[in-house]
Amino acid sequence: MVSLTINGRQYAVDAEPDTPLLFVLRDTLGLTGTKYGCGIAQCGACTVHLDGQATRSCQVSLESVGDQVVTTIEAIEQDEIGRKVVEAWVALQVPQCGYCQSGQVMAATALLKQTPHPTDGDIAEAMTNLCRCGTYNAIAAAVRQAAA
Amino acid sequence: MHPLLPGASPSRRTFLTAIGGAFVLGAVLPVRLARAEAQGPAEGAGALAPKPGTRVAAFLEIHPDGTIKLLSPFVEGGQGIATGMAQIVGEELDVPPSRFVVECAPPGPDYAVVNGIRMTGGSFSTRSSYETMRRLGATARDLMIRAAAARLKVQDSELTTSDGVVLHAATGRALPYGELAADALKLKPNEAVPLRDPKNFRYIRQPVPRLDVRDKSTGRAVYAIDQKVDGMLYAAVQHAPRLGTEPTRLANEAEVKAMPGVHSIHRLPGAVAVAADSWWRARKAVEALKVEWSAAKPSGIDTVAADFSSETMLAALKASADPGHVAEEQGDVAGAFARAAKVVEADYEAPYLAHAQLEPPSSIARFEPDGTLDVWLPNQMPEVFQAVSAKVAGLPPAQVRIHSPMLGGFFGRHFTYEAGNPFPQAILLAKATGRPVKVLWSREEEFARDAVRPLSFSRFRAALDAAGQPTALEVRTVGEGPIGRYFSMMMQTPVDPSAVEGIVGKPYAVPNRRMTFTKIAHPVNIAFWRSVGHSMNDAFYESFLDEVAGAGGQDPFALRMALLGGSARHRTLLTTVAEMSGGWRRGPYEGEGGMRARGLAMASPFGSETATIAEVSVEGGEARVHNLWIAFDPGSIVNPAIVKAQVESAAVLGLSSVLFEQIVYRDGVRQSQNYDTYPVLRREHMPKVHVRIVESGAPMGGVGEPGLPGVPPAILNAIAALTGQRIRALPIANTKLSAA
Repeated sequence: MVSLTINGRQYAVDAEPDTPLLFVLRDTLGLTGTKYGCGIAQCGACTVHLDGQATRSCQVSLESVGDQVVTTIEAIEQDEIGRKVVEAWVALQVPQCGYCQSGQVMAATALLKQTPHPTDGDIAEAMTNLCRCGTYNAIAAAVRQAAA
Repeated sequence: MHPLLPGASPSRRTFLTAIGGAFVLGAVLPVRLARAEAQGPAEGAGALAPKPGTRVAAFLEIHPDGTIKLLSPFVEGGQGIATGMAQIVGEELDVPPSRFVVECAPPGPDYAVVNGIRMTGGSFSTRSSYETMRRLGATARDLMIRAAAARLKVQDSELTTSDGVVLHAATGRALPYGELAADALKLKPNEAVPLRDPKNFRYIRQPVPRLDVRDKSTGRAVYAIDQKVDGMLYAAVQHAPRLGTEPTRLANEAEVKAMPGVHSIHRLPGAVAVAADSWWRARKAVEALKVEWSAAKPSGIDTVAADFSSETMLAALKASADPGHVAEEQGDVAGAFARAAKVVEADYEAPYLAHAQLEPPSSIARFEPDGTLDVWLPNQMPEVFQAVSAKVAGLPPAQVRIHSPMLGGFFGRHFTYEAGNPFPQAILLAKATGRPVKVLWSREEEFARDAVRPLSFSRFRAALDAAGQPTALEVRTVGEGPIGRYFSMMMQTPVDPSAVEGIVGKPYAVPNRRMTFTKIAHPVNIAFWRSVGHSMNDAFYESFLDEVAGAGGQDPFALRMALLGGSARHRTLLTTVAEMSGGWRRGPYEGEGGMRARGLAMASPFGSETATIAEVSVEGGEARVHNLWIAFDPGSIVNPAIVKAQVESAAVLGLSSVLFEQIVYRDGVRQSQNYDTYPVLRREHMPKVHVRIVESGAPMGGVGEPGLPGVPPAILNAIAALTGQRIRALPIANTKLSAA
């Protein structure tokens, strides 16, 4: 059994130590807001926060989580900045298919926590998640709005 | 003319024949059986099919709390159709769209509202069902009024409605729809109800917020991949490296069977599978399996042979001497070439493309105690998936329930593509294990089996007169399109419209034209891919038109304007896009950080019209696109915000494909396994996108796809203007660009 702190709750998980956190969240714990896209840290759909850092959970093994605090999209509105990000996403009607947007919101929230007023360069550096619907410009506009 | 276009009027019977003969794909039903099953039972309550889109109870559940559930004929996959349907029905029903919950309806004849068939594709949804869905809303409102009149013992004419409430102004009485719904649905619908005067629209033509954005911004939206049923096993697969080969031996079966959580190991058509108590365990196990596969044929293009490659396929298309069939012909082409002052010739080619939608495909199959089957699966055509599922399960279609969740992107990905879908595997595994099974393809297995946009080839020749004006155009297209593969029985001629669209039907008044199509089938699974034949053909045609302009010493904008002489609609669009970009200037000119140039293109996809200008520079041998200006005329619209978002989204896919994308076959195997080996557009390459909607009032056209086809040629033409390099083989990444 591995003990995890996720969204302020304690979980005991029974899985192989090399199981990616992504699949622990989705299949073992039923937290399906975090998405599987590529499994190789290319797309960012699986982005969660580990101690507040945006992290691609497909590359985090269960054994490596340790006592780091995990935050997923399910708890993002409990965070003040996360709530602002979500409101900006809604106000600017960012999502299309929406599949990448959990990861985008998590990446944006982590960015704004560290850099409350990001430049375009900061946004380009931090917001590297793929969006096949091409909502990149709407995402950047929403990040700016959430920062305002 | 697209054979599915409203107006081309294939009969329902024709379509059902197509289902039986082609779309259900050999693997399954004999033609006659398919037709009978798709039409429903021959006797009993289901025997008399309703006129699609008329039975209010099939579409609307009106709840006491004032919310409305709309069972939509269409699946939502990012295109905003759920919101659009709520706007259209809500406008006439007199209920704000925000009060709707929209779900994709189960299979059933009520939902065949796309010219007698049902599909979410071809940019058909809104334009084909707009009148029907308005009428449905108006009919439902009329039922509410009549139910209220009976309840209040007044005349219908004394009643009005407002936001889901029937009002009797004289007495101040008000009855919410939720209280009337049960009575209302017992009344005979009045088909002749008047529709609202468009002058008084409150929701149609407004940028109504999408119904799903909050759920999609908070992780609450549920896709196929998120679904779970009690007691289900998770399955992962390993596909044969070459399509068409089969597993012959598992060298380490016992070892893999002993891995943690493994339930069972299975051989499937063209694949092996492991069922386990979690997907990760299933995947680790199936990837540990040492599988021997049957041998592919050594050579040839009739199968995915051991030496099959994109190069050999392209060479076969180029080498064909078959004259093919005429797709478009006018005037005296031979005479015009005989008199030509100059002849221009060029070959154009485009690669196979993957859909690369972000949600990997999955399916759940569950056999019920009564022997019926439930399937949860991403799909764009529920009735066809029902028919194929039934065949795989050995059941009549009526015993298969299809659940169609929201799609994490589709772009044409979710039609039935033989080995290109996981649901047959889920059904076979559920049958074999006696448990519900969820099959999820890893991203790598998805890149291995996604059906692909066909590799394509066209040869162009133009005759120019002494003034540099094109007098004749001849185009030879060789290959295969998805309509010919999957809907061949709907085709009136041997010409596959999905192979030649974008080469035929162009608006330019070149007096002598001859376009032909020669079919050479691909051995791989081919697909519909956002804007289908237009995705490469407009790139070819509009690039070649710039070559013609260059050969004749003409400016590309001026030449197009001259060739559009007869069409005010197209001239308006061309003028609009020039104005949007600050006036036409081809360049090269000095821009921020270096030299830039602009390219122009027009396209007429899916009943809509576009004019596009791209601004490009070259950095480190690569194209950088800075701005895209798109003037878009779909005739008329329902939601301007969604239309603009869709045009931008389609433009990004066009940009991504022309810059980077290609599925390359070598030795019978695809060379892309994931996004690292199949690059798609990232933020760093995202230009500014400027979209203007021009409502010409022409019949309503499509929206989801038409933004795409103008983008690749506008970029290619800009590169030619900047560097002098005319790229005729896509994608651009295969060519090292010279400095401007």
